[in-house]
Amino acid sequence: MNEQPHFILDGRRVPFEDGQTLMTAALEAGVYIPHLCFNPEFTPHGSCRVCLVKVNGRVQAACTTPAAAGLTVQSEIEELRELRRGILQMLFVEGNHVCPACEKSGACQLQAVAYYVGMLAPHYTHFYPRHPVDASHPEAVIDFNRCILCELCVRASRDVDGKNVFAIQGRGLQARLVVNTPSGQLGATSFSIDDKAAQVCPTGTILIKHRGYETPIGQRLYDRKPISMVGDVAQVPESQGGRRHD
Amino acid sequence: MAEPMTFAQTVRDIVRRHGGLSTRLLQILREVQDHLTWLPSEALEQVAEELGLSPDKVRGVAKFYSFLYTDPRGSYDILFSDNITDRMLGNRELLHYLCERFGIGIGETRADGVVSVGTTSCTGMCDQGPAALVNGYTLTRLDRARLDRIVELVNGRIPLEQWPREFFEVTSNIRRADILLGRHFADGAAVRAVLRRGPEAMLDELVKSGLRGQGGAGYKSAAKWMACRNAPGEVKYVVCNADEGEPGTFKDRVLMQDFADLVFEGMTLCGRVIGARQGFVYLRGEYRYLLKALRETLQRRRETGLLGEAILGDPSFNFDIDIHLGAGAYVCGEESALIESLEGKHGVPRIRPPFPTTHGYLNRPTVVNNVETFAAAAKIAVEGGEWFASRGTAESKGTKLLSLSGDCERPGIYEYPFGVTVQRVLEDCGARDAQGIQMAGPAGHTVSAKQFGRRICFEDLATGGSFMVFDRSRDILDGIRNFTQFFVHESCGFCTPCRVGTSLMRDLVTKVHTGHGTRQDLEEMRKLGRIMQVACHCGLGQTAPNPVLDSLDEFPEAYERRLRSTAYEPAFDLNAALEEARQLTGRRDPGAYLNERDLLLGAMP
Amino acid sequence: MIEPRLKVATCSLAGCFGCHMSLLDLDERLFDLAERVELDRSPLTDIKELGECDIGLIEGGVCNAENVHVLMEFRARCKTLIAIGACALNGGIPAMRNQFALKDCLEESYLRGVGLVDPQIPNDPEIPLLLAQVHPVHEVVKIDYFLPGCPPSADTIWTFVNQLLSGQPVALSYTQIHYD
Repeated sequence: MNEQPHFILDGRRVPFEDGQTLMTAALEAGVYIPHLCFNPEFTPHGSCRVCLVKVNGRVQAACTTPAAAGLTVQSEIEELRELRRGILQMLFVEGNHVCPACEKSGACQLQAVAYYVGMLAPHYTHFYPRHPVDASHPEAVIDFNRCILCELCVRASRDVDGKNVFAIQGRGLQARLVVNTPSGQLGATSFSIDDKAAQVCPTGTILIKHRGYETPIGQRLYDRKPISMVGDVAQVPESQGGRRHD
Repeated sequence: MAEPMTFAQTVRDIVRRHGGLSTRLLQILREVQDHLTWLPSEALEQVAEELGLSPDKVRGVAKFYSFLYTDPRGSYDILFSDNITDRMLGNRELLHYLCERFGIGIGETRADGVVSVGTTSCTGMCDQGPAALVNGYTLTRLDRARLDRIVELVNGRIPLEQWPREFFEVTSNIRRADILLGRHFADGAAVRAVLRRGPEAMLDELVKSGLRGQGGAGYKSAAKWMACRNAPGEVKYVVCNADEGEPGTFKDRVLMQDFADLVFEGMTLCGRVIGARQGFVYLRGEYRYLLKALRETLQRRRETGLLGEAILGDPSFNFDIDIHLGAGAYVCGEESALIESLEGKHGVPRIRPPFPTTHGYLNRPTVVNNVETFAAAAKIAVEGGEWFASRGTAESKGTKLLSLSGDCERPGIYEYPFGVTVQRVLEDCGARDAQGIQMAGPAGHTVSAKQFGRRICFEDLATGGSFMVFDRSRDILDGIRNFTQFFVHESCGFCTPCRVGTSLMRDLVTKVHTGHGTRQDLEEMRKLGRIMQVACHCGLGQTAPNPVLDSLDEFPEAYERRLRSTAYEPAFDLNAALEEARQLTGRRDPGAYLNERDLLLGAMP
Repeated sequence: MIEPRLKVATCSLAGCFGCHMSLLDLDERLFDLAERVELDRSPLTDIKELGECDIGLIEGGVCNAENVHVLMEFRARCKTLIAIGACALNGGIPAMRNQFALKDCLEESYLRGVGLVDPQIPNDPEIPLLLAQVHPVHEVVKIDYFLPGCPPSADTIWTFVNQLLSGQPVALSYTQIHYD
């Protein structure tokens, strides 16, 4: 009898099929590995580095590591929680994440993953960069202060919407999400709030106008249960407090 | 800027000359910039249109490479090499002097648009600095007299072609030669040998030779070639990594300047072995001065039947080489980022696996090797694998080219059999009073005097060839801070721990270097460094904290003598943070300042 | 048996006193607390001089010279210093001014504001001078514990204080950690 190949994740057998990564196999088996730039609907990116796991003792990104039989993978260990916390803290000081003033607070994946890994404070020295807010579009706003460069909107607009509205430009700490128009304004693009790109942002960078603070505190997506139980904001339907169109 | 009509025509001509290929995008942008001195939006949009690319893609590439400008720059664009070895030779003083003479600040363009002055990462002239680039062409041995003359030339709008030749002179400074540099090599000998022996026998020789990647990573060359040879697919490529960006390294410069035939020959025989018809040299932008001569060498080789169709008359042996010029991005030295750049994109390292041997240039099987590796392969083809393996150590066969710079009497290129001790190298180059060396560049190892008995080989101190000497008059921390700034500048920005971590590290080192750090900050550096080492996407970020982590262990006193006795110090200068408000209010009363006594209160243990 | 009460001081720097209001939301638990701690300098006691304390609670970020003085003094006199609330942790709402130059902030408020008579940027020595940017407290002094929230709920504060006072490791439940 041919048994399905599997690897061991935190002591648990995780079966996989050819072509799956540690992340997709774990997800299918119902095991949560924290992540930000990964979205099962898109090609893995491997940039946020939050999904780091230890594969046979070596730290690797779960979203880009092909699943293979016999691997021993560790995820929920203090060493990795600390590593992930450090990366989350870097993201928090890199941008301007003022949760009390953000419409997406409570339904923000960045926040939820930070809760999940037990981040209490940003720890590092803040950069306080100056970023614009683009409200030129009649139905959507982009607050670049909250962008974590996951490129999900870039990928969604290019690969699903076929519009290529977004891009990343620049190098190092100067890398920026930009809008592909000569003016750089969202209002000058064909972007629509029905686009996939409007449904995948893990933070409050891309916002739908006239719809802020709809859910009372205490009832928001991640208020009561951790992201490991609730799922990614991009996968949860709008009617249940997520971003996915019903 | 030129007239609109001519401008559009110029862009069109350049794109046509490159066959309208999007893989040539970086080369096209370089040439457009040569004509316009920078890349205005209209130019980028036109390039996009001509190539059928989206304008954002073209702008993304233009914004990634530090030698491409999306803001106006001077017709004479002068960039000082800012490696620590240039600093040791007094480049900062010269930089300030030149800026003063032109009446501009660092990084600025003069109002008349004629000249701009800035800095750039190491230009690979550490043995003859202080160095700079003017419109991409190398200037060496700068001093005040030379700068005075440059000011006259610039102000007189004298074309570069009419500047004194000696300003651009690059000498090779080969101080010690062994089997690679010392033995005569007849053009065509390696290609003939591989034709005679056949590809499989050539691979056998390569296996016997034990040759490993000379860029520093040390992957077995035979295994790489074999994997590529066996990879499915009709179309394969050979890529020579001449993006020698590791500060302090310049051996590939010398190989490309004096031994280009040897390198091309190594590439050609690789093409024969793996079944490739096309090779590329990815030459770092800083070595633009070599481009003309290299193209002439390629042409001569075509004319003598050593390159192109039917090499040496064998109709089944077709291989040609094209040269791509980089544009100021250290990360492109990473092989998958290099391939991205070669494809005309911005150089972000790919997710690996798959590796280039199966999915490389245009997703075809590709061998990427360092310049020195190809040169060695050519020698092995002629002399045999055993001959090569008779030198070196058990795990590191053959010889290594070292680029010596910093505090030594005879900087230059030294070729040693692998296994030579640091001490021996220091003696040979006339480094009398070394307190430490930076081995393999900022990404390598900081080595203190107590470790000078260590050997240079993959088993001990692995290196791509950079060897920078610091004597006892130097402050090691000057170097470490310079290296952290280098990584800030060169991080591609793709992954979080490198993008953010390099800046956090630079700021911590700067805090300590300027006398504001405490023991707590040293602990922070270690913690941050450990995160970066394991969490970053590619080797750049993983090695970026090395100089800090190494020097904390090897030169603890360099840090400790600067530490404050306090338990904790603010992350920023509190009193300076009041200056703006003092100016706006005109206040100068005691309450408008935070004095040392105020600040000590909260900082005591 | 009566144990000696721990001395606790609190202050609000660049904050809104919301964290203090949340502290008051402890309601009847305040009686329990009062048996175990004695308040020193705090907006709740109106004691102006800070004595030697076991615990200091800092609400708010650091926006001016006075904030720096107060924070330094708290650090010097409190054995354990706790940053409480979003503003103390990352600058919070006040740090949104970091998006603008200080000059623009002051001119917008004092020179271009609506209904100003004889507009001028205040320069009285009595008024604390503003820092160029607002900073979280950990960028100025060492902080021993961080308690996030805007504000942290009374329950969170209660859990935290109980764990701290009883010498247990601080461990908050999922619903007790939030940044807003």
